[in-house]
Amino acid sequence: MRDAQKEMRRPLGLRLWLSGGWLFALAVGAILAPLIAPHNPLAQDLFAARLPPFWDAKAEPGFWLGTDSLGRDVLSRILYGSRLALFVALVAGTLTCAVGATLGMIAGYYRGWPDRIISRFVDIWMAFPPVLFAILLIAVLGTGIVSIIIAIVIIDWTRFARVIRAEALGQSAMDYVASAKIAGRTKFSTMLTEIFPNVLPSIIALLTLEMGISVIIEAILSFVNLSISTDSPTWGGMISEGRTSVHQAWWVLVFPLITLFLTVLSFSQLGEGLKDRFDPVLR
Amino acid sequence: MSSFLSIRNLNVKLAQGTPILRSVSLDVNAAQVHGLVGESGAGKSMIGKAVLGILPKALHITGGEIWLDGTDLLTLPPSERRKRIGAQAALIPQDPLTALNPSKRIGPQITRRLVDILGWSKADALDRALELLDEVHIPDPLRVMRNYPHELSGGMRQRILIASAFAAEPKLIIADEPTTALDATVQKQILRLIAQMQKRHGTALLFVTHDLGVVSKVCDSLSVLYAGKLVEQAQMRRFFMSPIHPYSAALLAATPTYADPTGSLTPVPQSVIDTVEQEVAQHDMRHQS
Ligand SMILES: Nc1ncnc2c1ncn2[C@@H]1O[C@H](COP(=O)(O)OP(=O)(O)OP(=O)(O)O)[C@@H](O)[C@H]1O
Ligand SMILES: [Mg+2]
Repeated sequence: MRDAQKEMRRPLGLRLWLSGGWLFALAVGAILAPLIAPHNPLAQDLFAARLPPFWDAKAEPGFWLGTDSLGRDVLSRILYGSRLALFVALVAGTLTCAVGATLGMIAGYYRGWPDRIISRFVDIWMAFPPVLFAILLIAVLGTGIVSIIIAIVIIDWTRFARVIRAEALGQSAMDYVASAKIAGRTKFSTMLTEIFPNVLPSIIALLTLEMGISVIIEAILSFVNLSISTDSPTWGGMISEGRTSVHQAWWVLVFPLITLFLTVLSFSQLGEGLKDRFDPVLR
Repeated sequence: MSSFLSIRNLNVKLAQGTPILRSVSLDVNAAQVHGLVGESGAGKSMIGKAVLGILPKALHITGGEIWLDGTDLLTLPPSERRKRIGAQAALIPQDPLTALNPSKRIGPQITRRLVDILGWSKADALDRALELLDEVHIPDPLRVMRNYPHELSGGMRQRILIASAFAAEPKLIIADEPTTALDATVQKQILRLIAQMQKRHGTALLFVTHDLGVVSKVCDSLSVLYAGKLVEQAQMRRFFMSPIHPYSAALLAATPTYADPTGSLTPVPQSVIDTVEQEVAQHDMRHQS
């Protein structure tokens, strides 16, 4: 039994390394984009349009992943696009987590009327299809990075609220919570020091998952041109542009798509890996 | 002999009015062990929880008094009541796994109590915690303090909970079936340990169990509960020699060590069940209006 568990855990280390490694590399690329990007991501050069990636015979040196139909460097655009993607992931993910987890914790631990109000809101929220909800919100809030972040928080806080409420509810029934109460601890202190550490692994897993989801939402909004002003590169915008010329220059579509896919996958895998790391019972 | 805990006519009901405890009166004398027996669902745990102020939200105290060291807890304002309970009472719970916080090391879980209740410094609390773990026969206490609960066996965890319950020198400990989650050999050790600690510290102990055999070993007096109603309260010797209530007698007959260790067990006869059920119904009638 013990050995079996150990066997199970070995690949977890690998997935933590792979996902963490990819995200770290991406973050470094995003931060250092102005220094390391080989070209200006906005510079058009119609004589260098639709250059293939480096392994192709017709490739030009310096354009590693080729160029799009306006002659802009794909690699540089991906690097600059990752700035927006990661910024949205970090800020929107953290804010969503803070709002949702706090409400979930209050509902699950304090119960009573706070729980009734919060749970009712969650139920109403869940009735909206999220993508439609996002587009509707952007229509109301206007485009721009702040609107995207607000939209993500408004749409996705329920994911945290639901899960964390259930976990806090389960933990509240444990005898160690009763012992803290007998010892005269306040409810608030018990929530922070007794319940919170037990809910933390789930919060972390959800947080990184939410970061991945934020990347997707940002990409979808860019794809339908509802994200930020159109001239700065976004993964979603690149995918949308690449789609129209996929027969002449597949790389314009495929490279941003792969980047997006790997990033979202890494966020979710990182969450699972960290959860196991943080959970004292599994550790 | 003064009673340290004295429960008078305690009534506990579910929100919609279903009685859970029916005018229960019960005394635990200072430095003595009082057994509380009854079948599953009789309301034994709820008596302990009512005293400690940890009743589930759905349950309410609708009448009665709970005297702890000469003060009726139910007349105190909530903050004052919490302080008193914390300073004077502690719980040894049934399930040693959920009674320790799984994400915290053992050491801080014990010392926290000393800091909370007695206002000690961390360093003093640490010394005391080591002493206590030694007292409950935990080998290598320094190492155990750094362990997480899941790294220890059930017996070890229960020892730690005993140490933790006695840590702040409470005058009353409520042990709620402290051995049911353990296997038979460990049960005996834990039972002996609790009895030992109770004697050494001079603590009043309310010992909740459904095992009359256990009661006979550790208790000075006992109460029998049926469907939230007290059937009989007696000194140990008198109870085992001549139980007054037919339900008590039937319970005794159903206990292997006393009736006939080798022979077959006698289940509680239906006629006796009918008698107690009738008493319970009569009680409810009287308290309806
Ligand atoms: N949270 C709750 N909500 C509603 N009813 C409850 C709740 N907890 C307990 N009860 C009811 O209170 C009654 C007494 O329960 P209690 O746990 O005190 O029994 P017990 O004598 O300790 O039994 P056991 O030996 O199984 O521990 C039971 O009938 C149970 O259904
Ligand atoms: Mg019980």
